[in-house]
Amino acid sequence: MRYKGRAHKFGNDINTDDIIPAKYLNIKEPRELAKHCLEHADKNFAKKVKKGDMIVGGKNFGCGSSREHAPLAIKGLGISCVIAESFARIFARNAINIGLPIFDSKEAVESIKQNDALEVDSAKGIIRNISKKKEYKTEAYPPFLAKIIKKGGLINYVKR
Amino acid sequence: MGYTITEKILRAHAGKKSIKPGDFIDAKIDFCLGNDITAPIAIEEFNKSGAKKVFDKSRIALIPDHFTPAKDMRSANNAKLLEKFSEKYSIEHYYEVGKMGVEHALLPELGLVLPGNLVIGADSHTCTYGALGCFSTGVGSTDLAAAFIKGECWFKVPETIKFVYRGKLKKWVGGKDLILHTIGDIGVDGALYKAMEFSGEVIKALPMDDRFAMCNMAIEAGAKNGIIEPDHTTIRYVKQAIKKNNPKRKNFKIYKSDKDATYAAIKEYDVSKIEPQVSVPHLPSNAKPVNKLKNINIDQVVIGSCTNGRISDLEVAAKIIKGNKVKHGTRLIVIPATQAVYLEALRKGYAKIFIEAGGVFSTPSCGPCLGGHLGILAEGERCLATTNRNFVGRMGHPKSEVYLASPAVAAASAIKGRITHPKEVV
Repeated sequence: MRYKGRAHKFGNDINTDDIIPAKYLNIKEPRELAKHCLEHADKNFAKKVKKGDMIVGGKNFGCGSSREHAPLAIKGLGISCVIAESFARIFARNAINIGLPIFDSKEAVESIKQNDALEVDSAKGIIRNISKKKEYKTEAYPPFLAKIIKKGGLINYVKR
Repeated sequence: MGYTITEKILRAHAGKKSIKPGDFIDAKIDFCLGNDITAPIAIEEFNKSGAKKVFDKSRIALIPDHFTPAKDMRSANNAKLLEKFSEKYSIEHYYEVGKMGVEHALLPELGLVLPGNLVIGADSHTCTYGALGCFSTGVGSTDLAAAFIKGECWFKVPETIKFVYRGKLKKWVGGKDLILHTIGDIGVDGALYKAMEFSGEVIKALPMDDRFAMCNMAIEAGAKNGIIEPDHTTIRYVKQAIKKNNPKRKNFKIYKSDKDATYAAIKEYDVSKIEPQVSVPHLPSNAKPVNKLKNINIDQVVIGSCTNGRISDLEVAAKIIKGNKVKHGTRLIVIPATQAVYLEALRKGYAKIFIEAGGVFSTPSCGPCLGGHLGILAEGERCLATTNRNFVGRMGHPKSEVYLASPAVAAASAIKGRITHPKEVV
């Protein structure tokens, strides 16, 4: 898969309360959740995002609660994928389970600036910074996880 | 080569001869749970899958504890989804308001999670049950839906970090202080993807409630699970829970780490140097000794949650507060974690102590811990809480602050209206 969009930069330890505050957890619809995505960090974030854009976080992205509302809000906003230096584990498995692609690359996170135009080639494990004409390596998914993604998410995988 | 307790439990449930950290496995689960925040999405996924039945109606718990008693209509509708699903699929462990408690206090109390079990929950603090010597970890809603269907979950076998606690605990220092100090030492991603195995003479002498508080906050260091090898304290607790509640599953298995098990790291602490801890905003890793925090006035104190809402937590707080008044300008909110804790607090007179001091004593709920209800903070307000997270806006307004501490520090601080060492008031 290839993803293309502009970078929205965030810092380290972006937690799930940042991504979607708990007061919205009585909502299930991804598009409704999306309106409040990351509003603690940037009040107007949801309005700035264009379909395909990417979130670029620092270390431990998605730490905190297990709320699947967090990757759902991001996906509902039209974000194509999240790049971070590292991901908190429950966020990472939720993203994989619901089909929100995530990629880790310290090098990419250090080099990418706000609004840089990016392209990710997931099969090759390459993140391209079109604005800066640079390329960064990211790990391809291990075969076990690639199988879940190929099946179209966890529910289809367990129905095998 | 030996195995850690975490590796042994995962190996047994994956049905494999050998495993190693980094392996991906599908493992059978003994028990799973969801709440009124996470289960509605799991139920939706389950329904979409076309599944006709759940894998085992006796191994699923649905507990509406976060926004209940329902705080608004949307929350009421979500709680209703749990009730309807439980009825349709004859789920045996659905706990309505009145029987409900904060899930991670309730399930151990009922004897539904046991040593050697593999437990998943669509709630990050599911790691609490590791205090019983089981492998227990938080997952997402889709994971829970998949577990409903297959009774299995996928895992990446974690490396283990061993934490060894030695020395003599100072007065007013307990499990909460140890875990805050540990997270302060290693950071909020210090155990990312790893198992935290708590051990040493100090842990062996810790009561169960303190052990639950420690394992509960393993997630705040990014860990997959927290775990403590079962000993006579564990076995006594589990046997009492089984005797009292007569759960269907009564057999359990004790696993211990091999002497030659491999650890990613071993961290040792001399606890005799550790003071009561307070984690200042906005990360649980910002732990400081309470005596370093001078003149920090507080608007609210919350005693409760899956971390510190158990009877011994209320007991230590009540004993400090007895005969005192909550400082004018400060609110005290006490929330017992379960109905059983609530009743015992009534019987032992703790509820009366809190109320006579000018505090409130609430029905069980996760309530303000995640900014749900029962004590949301206004702009600029500051709260000291026995809960587990102090992220920006966690308990209300994005410009409010949460400080984390033990019930003893919370009680002393309620009396003084500022962050206070318990020895100042006792």
